[in-house]
Amino acid sequence: MSVTRETVAKIAKLARISMDEQELDRMVPEFNSILDWVEQLGEVDTSGVEPMTAVMPQALRLRADQVNADPLTGGGIRDRVLANAPDAEHGFFAVPKVIE
Amino acid sequence: MTDITELGVKALRDGVADGAFSAREVAEAFNANVAAAADLNAFIVTTPDAALAAADKVDADRAAGKPLGKMAGVPIGMKDLFATRGVQTTAASHILEGFRPEYESTVSQKLWDAGAGMLGKLNLDQFAMGSSNETSHFGNVISPWRRAGGDTAALAPGGSSGGSSAAVAARLCPAATGTDTGGSIRQPAAFTGISGIKPTYGRCSRWGIVAFASSLDQAGPMAHDVTDCAIMLESMAGFDPKDSTSLDLPVPDWSAALNADLRGKKVGIPREYRMDGTDAEILKSWDDGIAWLKDAGAEVVDISLPHTKAALPAYYIVAPAEASSNLARYDGVRYGLRDLPQGANLQEMYAATRAAGFGAEVRRRILLGTYVLSAGFYDAYYTQAMKVRALIARDFAQAFEQCDVILAPTTPTAAFALGENQDDPLAMYLNDVFSVPASLAGLPAMSVPAGLNSQGLPLGLQIIGRALDEQGVLNAGLAIEQRAGFSAKPDKWW
Repeated sequence: MSVTRETVAKIAKLARISMDEQELDRMVPEFNSILDWVEQLGEVDTSGVEPMTAVMPQALRLRADQVNADPLTGGGIRDRVLANAPDAEHGFFAVPKVIE
Repeated sequence: MTDITELGVKALRDGVADGAFSAREVAEAFNANVAAAADLNAFIVTTPDAALAAADKVDADRAAGKPLGKMAGVPIGMKDLFATRGVQTTAASHILEGFRPEYESTVSQKLWDAGAGMLGKLNLDQFAMGSSNETSHFGNVISPWRRAGGDTAALAPGGSSGGSSAAVAARLCPAATGTDTGGSIRQPAAFTGISGIKPTYGRCSRWGIVAFASSLDQAGPMAHDVTDCAIMLESMAGFDPKDSTSLDLPVPDWSAALNADLRGKKVGIPREYRMDGTDAEILKSWDDGIAWLKDAGAEVVDISLPHTKAALPAYYIVAPAEASSNLARYDGVRYGLRDLPQGANLQEMYAATRAAGFGAEVRRRILLGTYVLSAGFYDAYYTQAMKVRALIARDFAQAFEQCDVILAPTTPTAAFALGENQDDPLAMYLNDVFSVPASLAGLPAMSVPAGLNSQGLPLGLQIIGRALDEQGVLNAGLAIEQRAGFSAKPDKWW
């Protein structure tokens, strides 16, 4: 199965990565050679095999229903959350206008 | 007096505790080696003051008669995939350039709590995606090793933990953290003549480690020998409620229980790893390893891991799929780079930021992952890969009914030259052929140096153990270490 230029362009759009014509041209054959290679997985007989869900089986835990039980993952740290923002205003993340 | 920087974790820690030298002297000696090794490009940022501050605290604690931690007085390198509070953390990507975390990763915090100090943040393949350290935004790491006979070609230190491997091999730090998703601790360790262990999935908390493929990512130590790896792993491992896949189990005292007497143990030799085209010198070192483990008292048995060939393609579906999901967070809004072309809307800002911020290999894997997870292809690729993954784990479970540990080469070749595999992503991916199966099965696995090839380059042997049996892996590693007698080190040219 071969992936077309249009498919790669659509995937790039889904992945929110802008690509120019030249990059698309370069990516199509690379993409196809990797996909051709992984196609061999289809040859493995997996009938009756359940897909792996966890590599080490364990039960999911619930944390105590307590506010800020672990201060490292608790709240009340707005300024620290915003400290690395490319653009922060009035205590919020700022982005380009989204409503016309 | 011996050169302090030739010493490993245990010797440094014990030397500081005994008063043979101060922690400050140790930190100063390694800071000097780091500063003099810019040619290797092993560090993205150096933090000599952090190393001195940690050392001074250890010296003060010792003077006050306080108990010292397991890593007290040992300065280490921190792979730049671990969030370090206030110190730039980039995953070697432009998209995180300038990012200063407001928090500390669990693993690095545990190391500081044990008395270690930080020499700096180590270079790596961008987002840990690569096997040669050629995908870093901050330039290639150059291996301190060169081929014998005056060949000055720059060699790959392996990847993704290539800064870690180069720095330890060049004596810039006695040990370093690594992370392993498909071989990123073991392959660079093998390429540079050092030891490194990836523990069982879940032993080390992933909290604060920049995520690549969450079901595979595991942190582990890289150091000169097996004992040093055991000591450092004790300080890195342990339950963390902040990681939902962290194992709620006590951390064994691996270093105290080290024992190279393998009488009564069975070592499995997987016949499928004897692949066509494998370097004859690699096969020779494997035979050496078999002889050494027999000499240590082990019985050698042939085993079969029938789905070995499918491991690498399964990995290159699972890992990119998880990466495409994990890396969706880099959007130019909350942290890191923002590229906002004139007049761009929000969607265009995302796309421009991600195109400008991610390197070529990272973009390739995000696209691949997005494709295999997209509607209509999910079952054919992702579900099938997770079924194959279940079969690979079953292969290992059946093999471990016949043996206690598995011995195999770490890599199909010795270190290659930088640039050698760069044009063909598939050729690069094949480097991980021996390391990926254990990653897919979540098993502990380590690489130890076995010797030098005819070009004077190190070769590694890999030991894979049962889930949670790091002790068995370390013990077999120690048996090899004692018999290999590996003491070679790169001639200083930098």
